Amino acid sequence: MPDIVEKKPEEQKPKMVKLKVDGKEVEVKPGTRLIEAARMTQEDVPYYCYHPGLSIAGNCRMCQVEIEGIPKLQIACHMEAKDGMVVHTKNDKVLKTRQHMLEFLLVNHPVDCPVCDQAGECWLQDYYMKHGLHDSRVNEDKVSKPKAVPIGPNVMLDAERCILCSRCVRFTDEISKTHELGIVGRGDHSEIQVFPGKQLNNLYSGNVVDICPVGALTDRDFRFKIRVWYLKSGDSVCGGCSRGCNIQVHTNLDRPQHGTGRVKRLKPRYNAEVNQWWMCDAGRYDYKYHDENRVLAARKNAAQAFEETVLKEIAAKLKASKKTAVILSPQMTNEELYLARKLFRDELKLQHIYLASPKKDGFSDDILIKADKNPNRKGAENLGFTETPEKFESLFGLSAKGEVDGWIIFGQDLLSLYPKAREVFSKLNWSLFIGSNENETSKLAGFVLPSATSVEKDGTWTNFDGRTQAFRKVLEPAGEAKSEIHFLAQLGALVSSGWSAQTAEAVYQDLAAKEKSFPARSYADLSGTASAIRVQAAPTVPSLQQYDNIL
Amino acid sequence: MEKLISKYFVEGKTFSLAEYEQDGGYQAIRKALEMKREDIIETVKKSNLRGLGGAGFPTGMKWSFIPQNTGKPVYLVINGDEGEPGTFKDKYILRHAPHLFLEGVMIASVANNVHKAYVYIRGEYVKPIQILKKAIEEATAKGYLGDKIFGKDYKLEIVVHRGAGAYICGEETGLLESLEGKKGQPRLKPPFPAVVGLFGCPTVINNVETVSYLSFILNRGPEWFAGLGSEKNGGMRLISLSGHVRNPGVYELPLGFSLRKLIYEVGGGIPDDKKLKAVVPGGLSAAILSPEEIDVGLDFDQLRNLKTMAGSGGVIVFDETTDLVKALTVTMRFYAHESCGQCSPCREGTGWIYRILKRILEGKGRLEDLNNMADICAYMGGTTICALADGAAMPLRSYPQKFRKEFEDYIQNKEKQLQTV
Repeated sequence: MPDIVEKKPEEQKPKMVKLKVDGKEVEVKPGTRLIEAARMTQEDVPYYCYHPGLSIAGNCRMCQVEIEGIPKLQIACHMEAKDGMVVHTKNDKVLKTRQHMLEFLLVNHPVDCPVCDQAGECWLQDYYMKHGLHDSRVNEDKVSKPKAVPIGPNVMLDAERCILCSRCVRFTDEISKTHELGIVGRGDHSEIQVFPGKQLNNLYSGNVVDICPVGALTDRDFRFKIRVWYLKSGDSVCGGCSRGCNIQVHTNLDRPQHGTGRVKRLKPRYNAEVNQWWMCDAGRYDYKYHDENRVLAARKNAAQAFEETVLKEIAAKLKASKKTAVILSPQMTNEELYLARKLFRDELKLQHIYLASPKKDGFSDDILIKADKNPNRKGAENLGFTETPEKFESLFGLSAKGEVDGWIIFGQDLLSLYPKAREVFSKLNWSLFIGSNENETSKLAGFVLPSATSVEKDGTWTNFDGRTQAFRKVLEPAGEAKSEIHFLAQLGALVSSGWSAQTAEAVYQDLAAKEKSFPARSYADLSGTASAIRVQAAPTVPSLQQYDNIL
Repeated sequence: MEKLISKYFVEGKTFSLAEYEQDGGYQAIRKALEMKREDIIETVKKSNLRGLGGAGFPTGMKWSFIPQNTGKPVYLVINGDEGEPGTFKDKYILRHAPHLFLEGVMIASVANNVHKAYVYIRGEYVKPIQILKKAIEEATAKGYLGDKIFGKDYKLEIVVHRGAGAYICGEETGLLESLEGKKGQPRLKPPFPAVVGLFGCPTVINNVETVSYLSFILNRGPEWFAGLGSEKNGGMRLISLSGHVRNPGVYELPLGFSLRKLIYEVGGGIPDDKKLKAVVPGGLSAAILSPEEIDVGLDFDQLRNLKTMAGSGGVIVFDETTDLVKALTVTMRFYAHESCGQCSPCREGTGWIYRILKRILEGKGRLEDLNNMADICAYMGGTTICALADGAAMPLRSYPQKFRKEFEDYIQNKEKQLQTV
């Protein structure tokens, strides 16, 4: 994918370009577009078709600014900043033109906001409030076009709402490189269409919904679930593969009547070095497990039990015998792996500690998707846990022979993944499943502890690139679930002295002090940019403060 | 008055290669092949030849912008899309004097170090395309095109491309997109085609008529040519005269020729001696002129001073019986239909205006429509990638401005009519 962050050789620093935007001096790199230069002065030059991750189309004409010495207004998305330029982004001429451009965009727009899923995060609404505020002069019939057309498994098209900015077309041409979309027809009969016989079914199709500034492309998964202004947003990291795309988790807690499930959708969060503006559909739509099929309480022999009871009994078993195997996974956070290492390897001196992936290698491409579907293999490796299938499968022989008589399984469905595990499972004295979602293994395990999913806890994963990224708790854990950090610390306190409850961040600081491959920085520092993609380029969650002044 | 191009316009006749040569054809290119490239450009500059497709840009200066050191080939693209309503001159050249045109293409190619030239011709011009293709075959057979033209070490190939009927493909970058096999939509500038044009290479784009004058300039000298026209407007041009005149047709006149003389002398006046109501002086996109304004010379600079343009040289005459509201509606329907749909002001504005005008025609107009149209028009022009919106804005501004009463009457009388019904 195109490298947005310019890594220029240090020997030649380009001469900076100095210009004036609305009376303020700005210094930018040569080749910077005026729209970006204006952003540096905090001036909001509005735009629809411009997107920093896509080529310049220059068709919406919203970003016209006045440059002294040039009679006509120029589009700021295309004009490069030049030395000595004097730019006006908010004089009367510019504001008047902007208002007229917006009026043009609304001539054939159906203004069906009450039934439009984009309402609340629509750039037409926002800019109308900010730059339009004109009375309609349109007394004519509007051009009618197809509405609610499913153009792919994830995307619904409403051609009437479309302002033909061509962002989606450019996305499929330049980023996904799948070329499904085009604009057919001319004049005000132009409309977005999928090419004959095609569907918008590429692995990144959901991104066109993010970058669509209006309600033309909406998400079939999210449509009509909830009004966006009821959503709350939290920053997180996608655990779908070892890329670790930065995401926002949009949740609904206040309006339980708007369907079940707290997590309503995931949106990409801008990170120049990891995922830029994008995320894949696999990651985007893999959020239902946060609310479905959850392990909600501790269990002993399939009956609900107190967490303390389970922990005490496990601690007793761990102290009594060294014949316990611990099965970790690269889905766990660095903090969890570190505490598990401290407890099981350093404290209890257990011999049989394994790392096993619940997810096998899959599809990969050179855009975002990595073959390794586990988010933290690199972190596990840095902590000394490498996966060797032969070694791991020897566990089943050892268990059959009775050399191992208890298993502690972190999260994964071992019994479904390994037929041999199922054979020896009944021979074990005891087993503990610590996980967030029910599966074959959780159903058959003697002890079960309910753990939090990634949006319900703090932690870090180290992606394929060796980048350690922190994610924060967006939601309280479901039911009685707690983070693995909690369970490990509790177990530690029960088997030995010197263990106390710790926050994940404190564990991380401890870990970073000991392990050189982990940067000794705060979580805030490891969380990437907090700015919503909207600020960068695409609409996500509306900023409520923006409307506070109006209401 | 001496005829240059138009002497070949003999009804029903196409001048073959042999006939053209008999008449002194293909001498200028032989001369050009002996000249230095820079000298040809200098000659054309001195002749004050202007781009006759409509923009009137000095041809020699255009050529001098072409970078020759990019390592990429330079292409010549001839614009024969001739889409401007009221213009039908290129068709005559291609039909009657294909070899005169081809010689011009050859000279322009040699002057710009071009080895492959494309001729993009309006798709409806079936006959002219056939004629031109046949002429290219003749020239190739004779060795005038091909690997060694006129026995010199110079390769030149000419490719004829047929348009598919879009007005916007006459806009030079829309034409390039179309030629590259894409949807005909103008490109963002800069970069300009002179630097990044066809297939990303430096490209010269000239009109059919413009290059057809090149052989005259080389044969008889730039000073002679410049002397034919008015100041800074060299030579002659073909005027397509249509509408309410006794003798419509294509006339070759020196630049700066009086519009009044064109209508009343060359065109023979208005049939039945009706009164003149208005004139479109340079293709549909030019602002309309009232009868008081016709004492003007038809060249690029004089017409610009009247806030209109010489454009493609299509003069349309309206007599007193013309319903200008209807005329403007038809005009705007054309732009609404032909807007490529990229830029919002043009895409939405042209259609909006057309619907307003249609409503006025249906007797449902309101007086505020006129002010609204003027306001919309003010923001349609000058705010888009190409000049189509400007072209639409020119008539839209000038019709109601110069004939406001007619529009007002239309709105008010129709209201009254409706009330009586």
